[in-house]
Amino acid sequence: MPHRAQRWVIHLVTLLLMLGVVAVPATEVATIKVLRGTVSVERNGQILPGKLGLALEVADQVVTGVDSAIGITFQDNSLLSLGPNSRLTVDRFQFNSTTHEGAFETSLKQGKLAVISGKIAKHREDAMKVRTPASIIGVRGTEFVVEAAARR
Amino acid sequence: MRGLVSATIVFTAALAGCANEPTDRLILLPGANGKVGRVGVSASGAVPTVIDQAYGAATINPSGKIVQKTAERSEVQHDFGSTLDALPPRPISHTLYFENDSDILTSASAVEAQAILAEIAARPVADIVVIGHTDTMGDASYNDALSLQRAEKLRKLLIELGGDPRRISAAGRGERELLAPTSDEAPEPRNRRAEISVR
Repeated sequence: MPHRAQRWVIHLVTLLLMLGVVAVPATEVATIKVLRGTVSVERNGQILPGKLGLALEVADQVVTGVDSAIGITFQDNSLLSLGPNSRLTVDRFQFNSTTHEGAFETSLKQGKLAVISGKIAKHREDAMKVRTPASIIGVRGTEFVVEAAARR
Repeated sequence: MRGLVSATIVFTAALAGCANEPTDRLILLPGANGKVGRVGVSASGAVPTVIDQAYGAATINPSGKIVQKTAERSEVQHDFGSTLDALPPRPISHTLYFENDSDILTSASAVEAQAILAEIAARPVADIVVIGHTDTMGDASYNDALSLQRAEKLRKLLIELGGDPRRISAAGRGERELLAPTSDEAPEPRNRRAEISVR
């Protein structure tokens, strides 16, 4: 009986590893390309220090400190940057690199954001959305800046 | 009495202004090529307010009121300068051409290549994809191999110039994606090429 139980554990671990291996490249949606000051990435309740080259995933929250900034390039060539004391979550990112169909949603919880939209917004109006605490911005292929004031 | 009235006005102004109210703000910028895009701003599920002029701006207060304005260029620089400075370099792509049935660059492309490849390799954390192509001379499987060889040659060059091998991929598309469409077995210099995309 213990043998059988052990075998099950091994099968389960193997399966999880396989899922993990398959899942890793698919979940990377962007890369940190520019980094100034103190930046962290909150992922699944953990806080990772921001590093050049770090891959971002859906549901990550990027947080910048005082006098800090970060520049991120997404897989559809969208470019985003955050200024100091800012928080941004990546809510959704789907992109078909052949057809350029996709959906891209982020939320600026606080601070300053600059956006140069990429292939997703170019392919279809409003496929890219940026939320602020008070509004939803539907992007129609463009460059813009947004500020979300700090909430008390 | 007069004192009370004045006090009330100041208080109201403070409420209506942005002193206490966490107001969100958006400013549309002209694109790199001078072209201005569009955004639609909506609050509380209302019909979006469309902004499509350079430096067109909107403020949105917590109750969902949207006020349109025009921002000054100096205001953008003052308030968003350090944010804009952190934008990553724009993705670029280049095409380089090869000699007939060879992974050697044409002399014109070889001259261009030095500057292009050095600039690419110097970009921080650049993700590079090199895709090789051929013309329609020779059979398809031979051209698959030749196109990959062309891409690999450039990949090697980029690594020699300091590019990160883990971030540079090479692939061959053989004679499937002709830049200049031709019949089969047609020599065509424009099709003997590799495209380098940098993100």
